[in-house]
Amino acid sequence: MTTRRDFLKISAAAGGGIAVGFPIAGMGQASPREINAWIVIRPNERVIIRYACSEMGQGSMTSAAQLVAEELDCDWSRVRIEYADTNEHIRRKRAWGNMASTGSRTIRQSEQRLRSAGAAARAMLVAAAAQAWGVPAAECDAAGGAIRHAPSGRETTYGSVAAAAAKLEAPGEVRLKDPREWKIAGKPIRRVEIPAIVTGRIRYGIDARLAGMVYAALAQCPVFGGTVQSVDAAKIQSRRGIIKVLPMSDFVAVVADNWWRAKEALRELPIAWSTSGNESASSESIVESLRGGLDEAKAAVAKQEGDIEAAMPGAQKLIAAEYFTPYLAHATLEPQTCTAVVKNGRVDVWTSTQNAEATHAAAAAAAGVPLENVYVHRTQAGGAFGRRSVQDYTRQGVAIAKAMQGTPVKTLWTREEDIQHDYYRPASMVRMKAALDASGMPLAWHTRVAAPSITATLLKYPLNGGADAQAVAAFADQPYAIPNVRVEYAQRDSHVPVGFWRAVGHSQNPYARECFVDELAEAAGKDPYEYRRGLLPFSSKELRIFEATAKAAAWGSPLPPRVHRGIAVTEAFGSYTAAVAELSVSDKNLVDIKRLVIGIDCGYVVNPDNIVAQVQGNAVFMLTAMFWGEITIKDGRVTQSNFHDYRMMRLREMPNVEVVLAPSGGFWGGVGEPGLAAIAPAVVNAIFAATGKRIRTLPLKNHGFEIA
Amino acid sequence: MIRLTVNGKLHEVDVEPEMPLLWVLRDELDIKGPKFGCGVGQCGACMVHVNGEPALSCALPVSAAAGKRVVTIEGLAQGGRLHPVQQAWIDHQVPQCGYCQGGQIMAAVALLRSKPDPSDKDIDEAMANICRCGTYARIRAAIHAAAKKRR
Ligand code: FES
Ligand code: FES
Repeated sequence: MTTRRDFLKISAAAGGGIAVGFPIAGMGQASPREINAWIVIRPNERVIIRYACSEMGQGSMTSAAQLVAEELDCDWSRVRIEYADTNEHIRRKRAWGNMASTGSRTIRQSEQRLRSAGAAARAMLVAAAAQAWGVPAAECDAAGGAIRHAPSGRETTYGSVAAAAAKLEAPGEVRLKDPREWKIAGKPIRRVEIPAIVTGRIRYGIDARLAGMVYAALAQCPVFGGTVQSVDAAKIQSRRGIIKVLPMSDFVAVVADNWWRAKEALRELPIAWSTSGNESASSESIVESLRGGLDEAKAAVAKQEGDIEAAMPGAQKLIAAEYFTPYLAHATLEPQTCTAVVKNGRVDVWTSTQNAEATHAAAAAAAGVPLENVYVHRTQAGGAFGRRSVQDYTRQGVAIAKAMQGTPVKTLWTREEDIQHDYYRPASMVRMKAALDASGMPLAWHTRVAAPSITATLLKYPLNGGADAQAVAAFADQPYAIPNVRVEYAQRDSHVPVGFWRAVGHSQNPYARECFVDELAEAAGKDPYEYRRGLLPFSSKELRIFEATAKAAAWGSPLPPRVHRGIAVTEAFGSYTAAVAELSVSDKNLVDIKRLVIGIDCGYVVNPDNIVAQVQGNAVFMLTAMFWGEITIKDGRVTQSNFHDYRMMRLREMPNVEVVLAPSGGFWGGVGEPGLAAIAPAVVNAIFAATGKRIRTLPLKNHGFEIA
Repeated sequence: MIRLTVNGKLHEVDVEPEMPLLWVLRDELDIKGPKFGCGVGQCGACMVHVNGEPALSCALPVSAAAGKRVVTIEGLAQGGRLHPVQQAWIDHQVPQCGYCQGGQIMAAVALLRSKPDPSDKDIDEAMANICRCGTYARIRAAIHAAAKKRR
């Protein structure tokens, strides 16, 4: 049986810490010193804060704990963070709420719960001390993990009264601090897992190691949706280290005593696939289908305001344009992986996930055991970006482990499998038409989006009135004061699986929308900044971040010869963002980005340095996509396979990024994704300013542009 | 049997000579700092030092490391003291997911060994490892800081 020693347990240096890897047994009951589901305090003053969502580089593990610690008024240097256990979660009626780190929601969805848990625990600790002293709790105060009764001068610590506090009723109501009073939250506290990262001690899903473990490499049908017809296992069975060849329904796994041996043998394994009708699909046929969606007479209406038909004829000018964005793969640097043991009706899983509950459920289903018999051991995820919300790799890993009957198996994908079997950011085509009045301002704006639906195909939810909210994001909720607006959606699914890719619809629609606004400004003969200012409602958050970002970038100030600017603004994931790009384009189409200023207003700020880091990362992620990112389809399969043909930005290509953190308070906006949304249009608008070319399809490499 | 020294410790492994060093380290010796990112020498997540030189362990047959000194991210800190590059990485809060960072740090240490005070251009040329999370600005700042500290 698996024991806790089998998986490495790490505790980090002072100043906050993280425990990676879980003891497996005995997680069913609440521990005796648990004040509530989120907080355990030990007699030695160690404060354990549980974290329910995932850490994949977005920094929420530290930020979430900051919110708890703030209300708890504990000493941050005593804090250690542990993942909440999913098995206990099931047994305790989902005590930790939603565990998914998706949609830039980790903090927004849990801040009330986290802060309340901290405040309630503080009240219970104070009450326990007051009871011991026989004084009214109202006369006691707590700070930095110590409780004082000022009238008598008595003092005690959280660790001393934790056991008594754990027995008290939780208060029905707690007062939460005004964020202006924050001392731990709101500060650039260092991320807890970084010491373990820089020493190589941190553990990812790929690093799980169990006694007697074997390794699986797998191959899926190159044409999506195909199944295994036959394999010629005898061809590889005698190779060194090969333990088993497993033809599963839609993939083949080779199990060996070392992953490299498994992978090398798999390359030599003859596999016959049966595919069903998608072998001729191509990027061209998909684009044709999308265009069909644009041309079709009718489409679902996602938003309707005023009457565009009535307004169009009265226009001074009609402007129309079509934009296209391709499929994109996530390419998390850690490939998909899952280690599992299925034994005696119990399943243990170690994997990188951004939704531990979904991992738990997928493991139970794949093994055919009740949820109560599943244990998910949490690790750091080597990137996620939406990819690890889908649990295909967990299902495979558990199915393989089940077939291996009690032997622990680590299943690991190659990079090639990862690029060719993703749930891709949908390709999307957008047609926009606007009617301008005599002063050049839009009277009416008509948008039609043709794209596959993530909601319908991946989540399998019915579409609200036929419209996928992600597909029309940033159009249905566009901020401009335009009297007549219609947004339509034509669902055009293909056999290519689609999923949530960092910023989802906000990674593509703001590009189309904000570049089109630039086209309108040009038609109106106006400066793109002034034009938008004339259209954004006076009190809107968009206008505020737009002006703050333009000011930081000194929009309108003189530029060196050949250097030009572009600008864009949008809402995204409950936050507001704007970007200004300053660049020159050489005669050889080399784009030299001198400066990229990105503003973000996420309302409340929990960890300012982490927000800056996320926005810096957003810049690299988006520039990578807009210059090189495209997944193309030929003969039903993905053309790209590894980083040589699915290019990633490298350090030498990273421009100077300035982050304008301009929080206006009063709301909880997302952080991991919003900063991505305004970058592509700002850069493409600057390229127009520099070259006079409107780039209406991405990536830029297809137009001959390269990063200088 | 192939003999190699990893982080100062001598190991003997019974593997195919063509097995990449990465899989010897990870699956045979349980040294998990070097990561698998691409397997084809593109990303740098698997970077280690072999006789002091940076090497992509996914593309290096273990036979080429026979009899040599291999250092991984785990072997960088000496006597419980972090290498100045590791400290700079903490001070600048470089990592996001961290998956690439062992390789990034190994590349930075090698760079500072050959160029103790690298220019931005030197950094551009030497630091070719992929970071999908996009920590490049902080990597650059941390390398300059580590160089400055050593001056
Ligand atoms: S894994 Fe070795 S370079 Fe990518
Ligand atoms: S920190 Fe995630 S890949 Fe570099």
